[in-house]
Amino acid sequence: MTSYRHHPDRIAALVQDDRVHRDLYLSEEIFALEQERLFANTWVFLGHASQVPEAGDFVTQEVAGRPLLMVRQPDGAVHVMYNRCAHKGTQLVTDESGNTGRFFRCPYHAWTYKLDGAPLGLPLKNGYEGTRLKACESGQGLSVVKHVKVYRDFVFVRLADTGPSFEDYFGEVLGAIDNMVDRSPEGKLTVGGGVLRNIVHCNWKMYLENINDTVHPMSTHESATKAAEALWEGHAPSDPKPMAMEQILPFGSGYEFFDRMGGRVFANGHSVLGVNFSIHSNYAQLPEYKAAMQAAHGAERAADILQRSPQNSVFYPSLSVKGSPQAIRVIRPLAADRTLIEAWSFRAAGAPALLFERAMSYNRLVFSPMSVVAHDDVHLFESIQQGLRAGGNEWVSLHRNFDAAELAQSTITTNGTNELLMRNQFRAWAKAMAAEAAA
Amino acid sequence: MNDPRDFVAHEAALLDERRFDDWLALFAEDGHYWVPLRGAAQADPFSHNSLAYEDRLLLQLRVDRLKSPRAHSQHPASHSQHVLQPSRIEEESDGEVRVRTPFLYVEARGESQILLSGTARHHLVRTASGWAIRQKRIDLLNAARALPAIQLFI
Repeated sequence: MTSYRHHPDRIAALVQDDRVHRDLYLSEEIFALEQERLFANTWVFLGHASQVPEAGDFVTQEVAGRPLLMVRQPDGAVHVMYNRCAHKGTQLVTDESGNTGRFFRCPYHAWTYKLDGAPLGLPLKNGYEGTRLKACESGQGLSVVKHVKVYRDFVFVRLADTGPSFEDYFGEVLGAIDNMVDRSPEGKLTVGGGVLRNIVHCNWKMYLENINDTVHPMSTHESATKAAEALWEGHAPSDPKPMAMEQILPFGSGYEFFDRMGGRVFANGHSVLGVNFSIHSNYAQLPEYKAAMQAAHGAERAADILQRSPQNSVFYPSLSVKGSPQAIRVIRPLAADRTLIEAWSFRAAGAPALLFERAMSYNRLVFSPMSVVAHDDVHLFESIQQGLRAGGNEWVSLHRNFDAAELAQSTITTNGTNELLMRNQFRAWAKAMAAEAAA
Repeated sequence: MNDPRDFVAHEAALLDERRFDDWLALFAEDGHYWVPLRGAAQADPFSHNSLAYEDRLLLQLRVDRLKSPRAHSQHPASHSQHVLQPSRIEEESDGEVRVRTPFLYVEARGESQILLSGTARHHLVRTASGWAIRQKRIDLLNAARALPAIQLFI
């Protein structure tokens, strides 16, 4: 068993220019180091501000193995704290979400905290006189996450004290969130319809790579697309399609379609797949929605927002955004071989209900545990996780369209089937994993 | 099969025997199969999402997909076992009946096996050839928890 913790050179050697080593997907030690060095040091999506509309509303969520609380403050701000009583470590709340009122009260010894985590009171106060409690962390109230960024209601955290600023880290890919929010004529989204949650028995990076993989749909999804094509056969191209058909049939597009859709990579592992068009480009237009968008943004800007429908925009390492349909996926790694995938739908203020329906329908068909499309994906991820354990070839190929010139550039626009989008993720991975070791 | 409780048992048996075409034929033209994401707490399939909400067209797509040799996730194939508690008739009116059936559902494939539990709610309508399903609703216990792939029909 190779040890990586104190060997940055061994970690670096796992990611080569055009291939990666299987230990990236298999090693529990690498997984633990990822939690410390990648997920704690980069900006990770925590939740959406619409989940906590009222003062005292909270959502619990684990990031990088740490239990966090996102809380709406009396002044409207969103704060993030550790869900851990300063006294003994009890989780202050164990519901996924709720409203705590005007303060948090620990169920164990009744220590209380203000909504921003400041200490409020504790029983038998006299017993602490003359002790060092006030000087101790335990006397300071809840541990607060200092680096929180609420970007157009998308809440991100950076747990480490030092690291890149939010804007420097994401840069141009933030345009994908802008596009998603701007699709609301009022510039406002709210999470709606609950979250579909899947457990997949594979490494999280495999799932994230697949979000940027356009060569698999033809072969992987053949069972679903061929069945859909056969059912739809005989209909004229102009016949209005049921929403499910509109959403499933494009998965059966050929290699050329996916190649021409184009992709773009950015520094730090981010990417946009489908810069020219995508499987989402041909959803039926809605005249009243177009009119509302033009009234809100002007004709030119409205057209610009609506014609942009990338397949996926990856906010490395854990968020994937689809402006149309209004849906995101959040990747929450649980272990080297176990990943939680969440699919969220959004309501866009001022937009017709059909947009929300599209988001829910898409998530149900493609990302539900009872999906018609994802069963074949999930089966293959789990198969890869098993296959990589085999002896023999220790490498995973990322050679397609490799060009040595790409190593010197940070933003590149390329063909949609280029594995550059995946190589770019691993280059960011290697950088984050080596950074801490060097310090 | 006049007793709707026998119909419910027959419907589950068809699924467990992988007789999916025969199963689909039990649905009325406007029939739906619904697994709400909030389980029994969910009022409708439109304001909140569902694990599945499918009309006959989509159910046909699922059944056809399962027959494809390229349905990779069906190598090896999944098999199901419905363990039903006695059904109870909740409501009965002229030509329609609502039946409630608590169940355990096991889906097995290769080395893995998943266990789900909940209550099936059948809304059946009388047709010339017997009962037909207007809606089969599955209220899972703890429906919103993270789940592995469920490949067949609960």
